[in-house]
Amino acid sequence: MSNVRIAGFGEALEDHGVSWARTDIEGFRSTLVDALVNPAVGVPLGYEGVSLDDAPVTVDPTPAELRAATTGVTPARLGVATYGSFLIDSDAKGSEPVSLYPERHVAVVRESDLVADLPAALDELGDAYAENPASAVFATGPSATGDMGALVEGVHGPKHVHAVVLENR
Amino acid sequence: MSVDEPTDKAAHIRHLLATEREAVRENTSHFNRERYRASTEYEGYEELRGRAREIKEDAIERLPELIETVRESVEANGGTVYVADDAADANRYVEEVVRDDGDTVVKSKSMTTEEIDLNEALEAAGVDVYETDLGEFVVQVADEAPSHLVGPSLHRSSDDIAELFNDRFDPEEPLETAQELTEFARDYLGDRIVEADVGVTGANFVLAESGTITLVTNEGNGRKVAATPDTHVAVAGIEKLLPSIEELKPFTELIARAATGQDVPQYLSMLTPPSDSPSLDFDDPTTPLSKQGSEDREFHLVLLDNGRTEMREDPQLRETLYCIRCGACANSCANFQQVGGHAFGGETYTGGIATGWEAGVEGLDTAAEFNDLCTGCSRCVNACPVEIDIPWINTVVRDRVNRGADEGQFDHLVEGLTPDEEPGGMDLGKRFFGNFETAAKLGSATAPLSNWLANAGPVRAGMERVLGIDGRRDLPQFERETFRDWFEKRGGAAASTKRARETRAAGGSLVPRDEATREAIVYPDLYTNYVRPGRGRAAVRVLEALGVHVEVPDVPSSGRAPLSQGMVATADAKASRVFGALAEHLDAGRDVVVVEPSDLAMFRREYEKFLPDASHQRLSENSYEAVEYVFGLLENGGDADVLTGPDADDPGVAYHSHCQQRTLGAAAHTQAVLDRLGYDVVLSEAECCGMAGSFGYKRDYYELSMAVGEDLATEFGGVHGNRRVVASGTSCLDQLDDLLDRKPAHPVELLDPART
Repeated sequence: MSNVRIAGFGEALEDHGVSWARTDIEGFRSTLVDALVNPAVGVPLGYEGVSLDDAPVTVDPTPAELRAATTGVTPARLGVATYGSFLIDSDAKGSEPVSLYPERHVAVVRESDLVADLPAALDELGDAYAENPASAVFATGPSATGDMGALVEGVHGPKHVHAVVLENR
Repeated sequence: MSVDEPTDKAAHIRHLLATEREAVRENTSHFNRERYRASTEYEGYEELRGRAREIKEDAIERLPELIETVRESVEANGGTVYVADDAADANRYVEEVVRDDGDTVVKSKSMTTEEIDLNEALEAAGVDVYETDLGEFVVQVADEAPSHLVGPSLHRSSDDIAELFNDRFDPEEPLETAQELTEFARDYLGDRIVEADVGVTGANFVLAESGTITLVTNEGNGRKVAATPDTHVAVAGIEKLLPSIEELKPFTELIARAATGQDVPQYLSMLTPPSDSPSLDFDDPTTPLSKQGSEDREFHLVLLDNGRTEMREDPQLRETLYCIRCGACANSCANFQQVGGHAFGGETYTGGIATGWEAGVEGLDTAAEFNDLCTGCSRCVNACPVEIDIPWINTVVRDRVNRGADEGQFDHLVEGLTPDEEPGGMDLGKRFFGNFETAAKLGSATAPLSNWLANAGPVRAGMERVLGIDGRRDLPQFERETFRDWFEKRGGAAASTKRARETRAAGGSLVPRDEATREAIVYPDLYTNYVRPGRGRAAVRVLEALGVHVEVPDVPSSGRAPLSQGMVATADAKASRVFGALAEHLDAGRDVVVVEPSDLAMFRREYEKFLPDASHQRLSENSYEAVEYVFGLLENGGDADVLTGPDADDPGVAYHSHCQQRTLGAAAHTQAVLDRLGYDVVLSEAECCGMAGSFGYKRDYYELSMAVGEDLATEFGGVHGNRRVVASGTSCLDQLDDLLDRKPAHPVELLDPART
């Protein structure tokens, strides 16, 4: 994975109001903990070498814990470099509600899952959907509205989004 | 609201100008500016528009097949597809689904459910319905119709909404700021979402092959509504179908840019329901998400026809189905910016494209109520991300409205002035303006008596009453010596020596044909010929100074005037006559120079509908806006010094270009030429002057026209108050005449070697 693409991704994240940190497997836990505002809930990341288990995150929460949480941690299937978007699966683990309900979303994305742009991401999704159609969302920055007469961030979705970019080979 | 009487219409517009104008103007101008920025910054935006257009053309062509494909894919995924013939059919189906599952519905934003009045139908059946998009929530609480496709409540300010919420919900602490209002609505609606039995969404796109629903949202409510209740109903017009993700690609880049100037929406959901996402039972305190399961999930896709199949078979309305409902046509529309969708809209849809939707879905009567608000300025043409010719749809609907009218008692008054191809019974004012050529010929032949008579009190009162011409407007003053008269006369004694070499006395050019570098026709458009011949005279002298042999032949009027009134057949007949008169000149290699930008737009754009392709192409490619042509001559070695530059103490120039000229990309040339000659030029930031041909003369629209003109008046009357005002269009000149104390001129008059 090129550093150019990661730099572009970081710039796009910042343009869309998303804070971010880059870490390797060894530094993952402390980087993640720094990003949490408690109480935190999460879904299993499914990435080799890292896990939420030893962090103060309630993995696989109940709906009540989900509603009470301030932070939700999920993996992102893809990161889109041009826009700083995450592709979040609507999977059985609950990535969709966990990335959506809490005020703060922490998305963990592997460097190897960064793609250049939205058309490239749609290509990947299209290949996958041809085999097995599923549900997912491209999420970019915090939820926002102008409907109340001025721009306000933090509506039905998260008010803050933070990215943890995980180096992997 | 039904607005039948013209005076009601004027009163309704006045009311909206007083109440909703400020918020609508601020929000739509913001969207419009952001769209310009975003579309300019994205390399290849124009190519994407072309690609999106092709995809939509193909998808609508293949629509029956795509409906079958999506039925198969959704059913294979475990969902249900219902194709509803009309609103009642769709509502009945949704009502049955809801009744099976409970009695509370949460909705994300959907214009299609507005179209069928789903909320009313469900509420009548005892169902509680909550709109969760904050803008939709506001209009639901206020019991109003949305005023914009994308921002349903953008006619309301924070203060307005605070008053509404405080009154309705009586919170402990009165709400004030947008932040407080948002938090309140989020909490209130958040509770409704977790309690709801059914979630109803629309769909921005439906992908047939995979059965995927694409939702474009910023607030996150669409995600919650789709993911939280077990049952998800998506209601979408059949025109939302695309074959697959591959065809979706250009739209994901276009839709947010066109709508709000965002590069990408906050959320682009790709839902292929029923999804694996766990059902969320918020009353269950012990079962974790992964054990909640998704077996109870149900999905219903309701595909709505409601007139769309007929629209598809209607060659004129068909391209309405390409619309992706981004609202760019509304945001770019000068009239919409002032009065918003509560004037510029029908039962459901608002803005330029609304005419097509309302005519197709509701019928001509609904479309007729606001159709006149389209002035045909064409600013929406380049704004539309799928290249829909929105002014043309408006014109066609106007024509159909005209033809649907009954004969009226005053028809005999305009019969003599209206040698058109139109039926009796159409609006008399429209018929008068559409036949302006006859009035102009007569007025010019009898000037100045005609001018004096037309402005006399009783006559003006009659014109206002019968023709709807507003008494506050100055009427065009007809010139006794037309542009063509002048040109013919000028070929007399003074030019005789030079012209002696001509094989035939074909006009009054001072440049002999055999010494000319080029030959051109200066098209004697209606306004240049009868009302503002000065700009024609200047154009001739400028071209001759640059070595062009000029002719001003007798060519009929372009048909712009009748077309603007929806008189398509009359305009079509004019196009053939114009081409007939110009064909030999085109064959002889002569360029056609057009002073009036709206006529150039006829030749380049609308004639495509009237002439055979080859004829249109030949005329279009060889026609030039007057100063655009000068630009070309200077670029090809013409000597700028023969033209008149700024005076020693020149105050500088304030230039307002013409809407249609900008759409054609023929406006920058004027600035370039003036720059090159050393003029200090500023361009108006206001996009439209508000006059738009006959529009500003009409009693119903006078105030709106002046409201649109206010920005231009402020600009050219304020910081640029000392500059010489120039404008390319007749209408713009008329409006500037009314708005400012200074007399405006056409830019070619500045360049005139004879200018003193």
